[in-house]
Amino acid sequence: MSGYRFDSIDKLVNTQDGFISRELFVDSDIYKAELEKIFTRAWLMVGHESLVPNPGDFYTSRMGEESVILCRDKAGIIHVFLNSCRHRGMKVCRYESGNTSLFTCPYHSWTYTTDGRLQGVPLYKSLYDGVLDREANSLVSVAKLANYKGTIWATWDPEAPDFLTYLGDAKIHLDQALDCRDGREGGSEVIGVHKWIFPANWKFASENFLGDTYHNPSHRSVDLIGIGPSAASGKKGRRDDELAVAQHVWVSFPVGHGVHSAIQPEQNQYVESFLDNPVLEEYFRHCYEERKRRLGDGARLLPFVGTIFPNTSYHGRQPRGLCAWHPHSPTSTEAWRFFLVDKDAPQEVKDYLRHYYMRYSGPAGMTEQDDLENWLYATSASMGTVARRYPFNYQQSLGAYTSDHPLGGDVSLQVTEQIARGYYNGWAAFMRNASWDEITGGDRKGAARHAAE
Amino acid sequence: MTITSAEAPAPVETPAPLARNADYYRLKADVEDFLYMEADLLDERRFKDWLNLLAEDIVYFMPIRRNVKFGQHAERENTKLGVGISWFDEDKWTLTKRVEQILTGVHYAEEPLSRVCHMVSNVQVVGVRPDAPTGEEVEVRSRFLVYQNRVEYETYFFVGKRYDTLRRTANGFKVARREIILDQNILLAKNLTIFF
Repeated sequence: MSGYRFDSIDKLVNTQDGFISRELFVDSDIYKAELEKIFTRAWLMVGHESLVPNPGDFYTSRMGEESVILCRDKAGIIHVFLNSCRHRGMKVCRYESGNTSLFTCPYHSWTYTTDGRLQGVPLYKSLYDGVLDREANSLVSVAKLANYKGTIWATWDPEAPDFLTYLGDAKIHLDQALDCRDGREGGSEVIGVHKWIFPANWKFASENFLGDTYHNPSHRSVDLIGIGPSAASGKKGRRDDELAVAQHVWVSFPVGHGVHSAIQPEQNQYVESFLDNPVLEEYFRHCYEERKRRLGDGARLLPFVGTIFPNTSYHGRQPRGLCAWHPHSPTSTEAWRFFLVDKDAPQEVKDYLRHYYMRYSGPAGMTEQDDLENWLYATSASMGTVARRYPFNYQQSLGAYTSDHPLGGDVSLQVTEQIARGYYNGWAAFMRNASWDEITGGDRKGAARHAAE
Repeated sequence: MTITSAEAPAPVETPAPLARNADYYRLKADVEDFLYMEADLLDERRFKDWLNLLAEDIVYFMPIRRNVKFGQHAERENTKLGVGISWFDEDKWTLTKRVEQILTGVHYAEEPLSRVCHMVSNVQVVGVRPDAPTGEEVEVRSRFLVYQNRVEYETYFFVGKRYDTLRRTANGFKVARREIILDQNILLAKNLTIFF
């Protein structure tokens, strides 16, 4: 890496005063360093177990810029491998998904079993006997893997803390996206995946989903026409009204995770939200009451959006799903959107939701299209020599948060860029190779010492 | 998991070719006229007029296309209508919403408006159902090349096939069903703000 040494990272990220250099969003040296320092260490979301339900099922995914295979082996154990032959690097799998007993490299026909072991080497006896160690030439496996409520996460770093430690207090917010609508744990399934490329830096998307409530004006067109689940009944806006009477919270957590959730009043009541379809209305009212019964006071917490550092975002309500913002180049991103429903939801509910997801999200989504326009032109207008001299302003609600709140983390009760400042503090810690203890907030003194230096 | 299920039937079956006679060529010419006129409306941004060409019960579908093993294409290559997530699985209501959104003048992904050019070719009439319950229906295949240029440098080419069902009404043809087969896997565009 040239240009950006560990000690210059803090010059790029000044969260004290609220300035972040545009170099983070356009510079190729920083981008290369991110791939090395962030994407080989952080926990990354790879997929969902519902994509590989049976032994031998595989689904090709990505971690950072690299292709990986999410695979359930013949014994039913889930693995994640680098999709590259140990011999000359050819992709051993160029299908998106399927079922197989072997991955056969098209180049020289080395074959690997579904647990990643090298099995077949043509002419082994005459060319490799006594030299080639099959075990040592398995497909490269991730260092750690976690199945969290059906979502599959992995890291290349054997020193990484376990996934729940990494997640910290952001857990209960992510849970709101992954748990059943009636409060049962887990139980989601992926009903489809959008994949597309857009010409913007990957962090624009990650940051947007931390809880950038301030960008609402860019969605004015959908709010004017109404595309939500009560739109055909004449309601404007793009969503349901369930958060109408809730206290919104924006929370920044160690590592750099950030969420926007909401806490309902104590006497929380269901808010009619699906006027266009009585079956949906009845179903979600039922789920609401069941959830309240199961979770008690905990049911007051409702999700909105969040980003698990560095590049996994979720929509906890509608359009419910997970996003992976895969870095593709300093100025392009490959977006994957995994759409979630409760596996055991009635078919009519699933069918309604998938239509709603499609008109809302992704490149054909009436809401998301306007985000993509913003991210593209924010990136392209930050590439210039002069533009790069002027950092982005992150001073919104500076200092307006409390670190003494039952939710943990730094909690803001007003629209804030504190979650973004926290995100880039996390980014800076990774970029200067901070210890895991410091990154996860265990070593607060280390972080303070660094801040003082 | 519903993503790979193949409950829905294959999109368009290949019927026996129609006899090439004067009636066929007359019908084909009418169909071509209609498709070219439709392309003009879109390229001239007459979106409300375009909506009038769509039947009230229109099915407008663009599947996502996947890389699958040889032999699995019919079953698994394209996402299926009515199952899971596609690029578009629309009805008249959502298409109308999309037009309304552009006409707000603050749909920033189309403000300023893109320059769009629809090329339609390889038109074939592959079936006629004179006794369809809602009037005569004509099955049409065509290719498209849609060029989109927006703001300064942003340019996209969308290339693929369309399988249309056109319904004859007192006011001319209406599009009753349109399946759009875009020849891409990962979408090589930031947005799909245009109509096909």
